[in-house]
Amino acid sequence: MSRVVSITLQNNDDARPIIEAIEKDNPEATVNIYPGMVKIDCEGRLIIKQETVEELLGREWDVQELHLSIISMGGNVDEEDDYFELSWNL
Amino acid sequence: MAEKRKKKLGIKQRYSMLTRGLGWDTTYQDMDKVFPYDNYEGIIIHDWEGWEDPFRLTMDAYWKFQSEKEKKLYAVIDSFAQNNGHLGITDARYVNALKLFLTGVSPLEYQAARGFTHVGRHFRGVGPRVACQMQAIDELRHVQTQIHSMSHYNKYFDGLHSAPHMHDRVWYLSVPKSFFDDARTAGPFEFLTSISFAFEYVLTNLLFVPFMSGAAFNGDMATVTFGFSAQSDEARHMTLGLEVIKFMLEQDERNIPIVQRWMDKWFWRGTRMLALVAMMMDYMLPKRVMSWREAWDIYFTEAGGALFADLARYGIKPPKYADIATKEAEHISHQAWHIFYNYTHAAAFHTWVPEKDELDWLSEKYPNTFDKYYRPRLEYLDKEEKAGRRFYNDTLPMLCQVCQIPMGFTDMDDPTTISFEVSEYKDDKYHTCSLGCKDIFDYEPAKYVQAWLPVHQIYQGNCGGAEIPDVLKWYNFNLGADNMEYNGSPDQKLWDEWQAHRKKA
Repeated sequence: MSRVVSITLQNNDDARPIIEAIEKDNPEATVNIYPGMVKIDCEGRLIIKQETVEELLGREWDVQELHLSIISMGGNVDEEDDYFELSWNL
Repeated sequence: MAEKRKKKLGIKQRYSMLTRGLGWDTTYQDMDKVFPYDNYEGIIIHDWEGWEDPFRLTMDAYWKFQSEKEKKLYAVIDSFAQNNGHLGITDARYVNALKLFLTGVSPLEYQAARGFTHVGRHFRGVGPRVACQMQAIDELRHVQTQIHSMSHYNKYFDGLHSAPHMHDRVWYLSVPKSFFDDARTAGPFEFLTSISFAFEYVLTNLLFVPFMSGAAFNGDMATVTFGFSAQSDEARHMTLGLEVIKFMLEQDERNIPIVQRWMDKWFWRGTRMLALVAMMMDYMLPKRVMSWREAWDIYFTEAGGALFADLARYGIKPPKYADIATKEAEHISHQAWHIFYNYTHAAAFHTWVPEKDELDWLSEKYPNTFDKYYRPRLEYLDKEEKAGRRFYNDTLPMLCQVCQIPMGFTDMDDPTTISFEVSEYKDDKYHTCSLGCKDIFDYEPAKYVQAWLPVHQIYQGNCGGAEIPDVLKWYNFNLGADNMEYNGSPDQKLWDEWQAHRKKA
């Protein structure tokens, strides 16, 4: 049974550093590009780290800024000050 | 980033400070009188504090992010209108998907606002109250932004002028309308299971994600922007849907069979309603991103599979009839389009036979079914239309007592036989389109015998008159403009003129 968690973000300037950070922190993730959006799938869990996004963005980044770019997701959410994680209970 | 800003409180504490401790137990009146609806459904809650909101969005952050979304969205809508963005879409046929969206889906956003306002009042726990309140505001924003975005198309194209009026009256719009009426007349926990879980978590991706990507592919900047702006709230709504399920299941094991029954019911009702979206994706997008079948595989089979595997630890099974719904993914868009092709003289949007390259695309995407069952029929209809005999069906169809879709869907193992079921209640016979709808009827017949079925209402003389044109006027249709075949429509004429102009320039 597939246990893929997934996040879909807009394909725009705000989301690009987030997408890049996800790729960096989740080497297993698969990035699917569709018109207007990017869907990233990963087996079991996927993390977005504030530190990585801030490095790429060159400014402070509030994890909740994710709300501006997110389109959809699948998985249980764990949101903290410095990360956002999706997972299924294995 | 060595110097990190210091927040006084962490996100979890801030969220808890701003959502907990604000409620109180009433003393002048009994709590059960103040909250009369949150226990009659049989859901047992021992500890409302067990509610965990996964997105810890406080009200101040909510307003900050929402206003930023609105600013971005309205900049795009304004620029789209100012720069005649409608000239950049791939083809005027595409606008018919927007007509269905504005009349069928946008009024649901308003229904959702009303529903969440209601249940947000009626939970005695503050966690779900806050979540429902935010969602009610979101839903109001969605209906407003959708009307604002699509009002630009209303300046040029037919069928977009009376969405709320049509939503309350037109036969095919009773499908989505009755879905929400059904949910809003249920108790608060069933409402959240139906809308937040079954619709938003399990099924809404199929509408808002690949369809909006399709809008982007077809040059409709306004729709993509409102769609994805709405969807950014939707991601939060999805977590509410999953949370309410986990909350109910963790509170008491006696909740499990109730939740399972609601999941079965609302999954089936949702898939029925999505037949409209299936047809929008396979037939109404001139440039296509993915087929309905592919979208089903990604968003139900894969994403839903992972979700239900996660819920299995509570004793929850995948929805009943999920196997039938998956079989339907091979057929449903073609059958739904055929129903509308039959009745497009009574619809506020146009239909057509897809062009050859589009038929080829469908053949490729549906190797098991399209050439065998659907392509020959479309080619026949095309030939008839070209010979001046465009087919319209002049009889009124029988509707399913539950989903209200005309009973034109087939048995999935025998796609040449119409599927229908019969139930008896108080000496009357009631017909449903499928086992899924029959189960729903049989569990609550007293509810569904009250359904306002458009065809019955027309025959009873409640819809403007005895003849089809009388009914269509009662719907507020502009006859000869809003309805009928796309070829020869005023929309097509205008579009062709614009294209001729472009060539000349």
